[in-house]
Amino acid sequence: MTDASAPAPTPIDWPRVLKDTIVTTLVALAILTPFIGLVTVQNMEHKLVLATRWPLLFWMVAIIVGGRLALTLFVWNRPKKEKKASSLALPPAVEKIAAPFFIGLLFAYPMLILSGLGAGGSIKWIDNFGIQILIYIMLGWGLNVVVGLAGLLDLGYVAFYAVGAYSYALLAKTFGFSFWVLLPMAGLLAATWGVILGFPVLRLRGDYLAIVTLAFGEIIRLILINWVDFSGGYAGISGIPRPTLFGIPFNASDTGFAATFGLEFSPIHRTIFLYYVILVLALLTAFVTRRLRRLPIGRAWEALREDEIACRSLGINTTNTKLTAFATGAMFGGFAGSFFAARQGFISPESFTFMESAQILAIVVLGGMGSLWGVVIAAAFLVGGFELMRDMDFLKLIFGSDFDPTQYRMLLFGAAMVGIMLWKPRGLVSTREPTAFLKERKSVSGSHVSEGHG
Amino acid sequence: MNRWQTQPLLEVEHLTMRFGGLVAINDLSFTVGEGDITALIGPNGAGKTTVFNCITGFYKPTEGRIALRHGDQSIWSELPAATAASGRRWAKGENSLWLLERMPDFEVSAHAHVARTFQNIRLFQGMTVLENLLVAQHNPLMMASGFSIFGILGLATYRGHEKASIDKAKYWLEKIGLTDRADDPAGDLPYGAQRRLEIARAMCTDPVLLCLDEPAAGLNPRESLELNTLLRSIRSDEGTSVLLIEHDMSVVMEISDHVVVLDYGTKISDGTPTEVKNDQRVIAAYLGVADDEVDEAEAEVAS
Repeated sequence: MTDASAPAPTPIDWPRVLKDTIVTTLVALAILTPFIGLVTVQNMEHKLVLATRWPLLFWMVAIIVGGRLALTLFVWNRPKKEKKASSLALPPAVEKIAAPFFIGLLFAYPMLILSGLGAGGSIKWIDNFGIQILIYIMLGWGLNVVVGLAGLLDLGYVAFYAVGAYSYALLAKTFGFSFWVLLPMAGLLAATWGVILGFPVLRLRGDYLAIVTLAFGEIIRLILINWVDFSGGYAGISGIPRPTLFGIPFNASDTGFAATFGLEFSPIHRTIFLYYVILVLALLTAFVTRRLRRLPIGRAWEALREDEIACRSLGINTTNTKLTAFATGAMFGGFAGSFFAARQGFISPESFTFMESAQILAIVVLGGMGSLWGVVIAAAFLVGGFELMRDMDFLKLIFGSDFDPTQYRMLLFGAAMVGIMLWKPRGLVSTREPTAFLKERKSVSGSHVSEGHG
Repeated sequence: MNRWQTQPLLEVEHLTMRFGGLVAINDLSFTVGEGDITALIGPNGAGKTTVFNCITGFYKPTEGRIALRHGDQSIWSELPAATAASGRRWAKGENSLWLLERMPDFEVSAHAHVARTFQNIRLFQGMTVLENLLVAQHNPLMMASGFSIFGILGLATYRGHEKASIDKAKYWLEKIGLTDRADDPAGDLPYGAQRRLEIARAMCTDPVLLCLDEPAAGLNPRESLELNTLLRSIRSDEGTSVLLIEHDMSVVMEISDHVVVLDYGTKISDGTPTEVKNDQRVIAAYLGVADDEVDEAEAEVAS
């Protein structure tokens, strides 16, 4: 290194670039031809015939080759810069201002949207973006207790979400209890299931624990499908009572919300109400998780993730500690589930597939295990990204009118995963905030923090 | 009479540990005296760490009894009755006996107050030095936080206890000279400091007996000296008895009151450091010759 300040770009090796481009084209063609280029469709006689999608294939390959060429020419040939240790973790002083500002923004969000877009246009933004993202933030925070803090890989988290949803749906329909009574009950039931699952499996570690929790998630789903008398099977449960505001329902009747407050009836009232309910639930989750982290139980969870044997040598009952982590995480999942059932008015086992577990886990992992801010960012990106894909009609102009962008959500998912693995292998927020300090709060670098062994 | 004979704190009797066909410990009996520093030495593979794992509940011994006393000496007369009963604890008035071989690992630390360290340091690397010391006070803090319920509500009773636990951590940080690094991750500390921190962490559980597995391994001579001072102070200031495994003879001969020597799982010598140093069998075990050839081997070494 003679001149570090202005390093000259290395000259481009054209034959190598050409070879690379040809190889890329061939690999892309080989992979994409069977998946994209060929497609089976039913013809008029209900026979499967092979159709081709050569233009789509061409565009896909062109994007891949062009992208790689651009990277080779403009990115990869630049001299390597010294990597700065950057982190998304906010310094405590900033967080002190940022957190209230952010929460204030969340509370003002429906009003801002409403004033900007009017009642008709804002339902989508409050429901699909606001409520949907907040549900996943809450689920992410709940799973964060199990995976991020205690280091127990749980692949069946959606089971607790399902327990919460079905508890609310069945108890509300059968006994007519209100949402506010059933919300804590759904949480308790989910926590109980967390303990029931926890007892036999917490002896297992690592991959074995992951497999058994995965199986547990599937067991719950299969029971819901097959025990038709209990859960309605595939048909699910419909007509689930909607939550009320202290007994005032959100409907067009004379005793409804709109009539009581002298407003014109609009479905947006219920949407806004639900938005605030899930916002408060999510904030409660964040508050409790933050408090728990600073309590002996939270420290024991993190210690368990770091070294289980050392925990036992210090007199910590590791079984109980793991069970509390499972139960706490499951409880938040149950709250979110009962909210989900109340919001949809209809639930079926389709909503609780393994993909849901995977998505929640992806949010926790992308966000950075153990970080509340990271989960918020990851949930907004993944869930919001999926919702945005529904609106990308302009893509039809490029790929043809039968192109459905939502079918490519897995692509976004995969791209996010690959990107994180490349640039931020420990998640967006990889540092750990200590729970107590003597003189100054210093973030612990992710390289010291262990990920847990199960 | 020696203190380990007149005032035993821990009695290990006929301890045998088999792993399949391998006999790791063979009919081992020894006592640890109250207020003594007892060293357990022996060549590699002699079964020293296995003894530790049996005492601290990480292994269930195949045979034998490990009894620990809380309170005064008179309780030892109850030992046969305690063994005949099914419980893990036998109490009479203020005094009690704990049968450690019946207890799972975390209870040995939580209730019998026997703390340990590990040969390969097991700190919570991603947590700060202070947090490591706070995790060690888990059980009393858990009670104080009303099993987290008072803690979540942020009641003052818990905050008081938390402050007390930080003060205790500060005391130990002062003692091991790591006050300045209290807020750094434990994984960032140099090796010697990590060893000291692990001892301090074990001491934060308020043990009556502290078991140290090779505390001087990997320390330089100056750090070894500091360790000697720390261990002496643990004995005199805290009144904690120490049982240690050590290869560093400068530590063993310098500070221990009582030395037990193991070879191939069998006790070959037991006594004061001077007695052990001159024991023919110990010399033979360390030099690796049969008993009758010791003189020859010694002469060879001397020349």
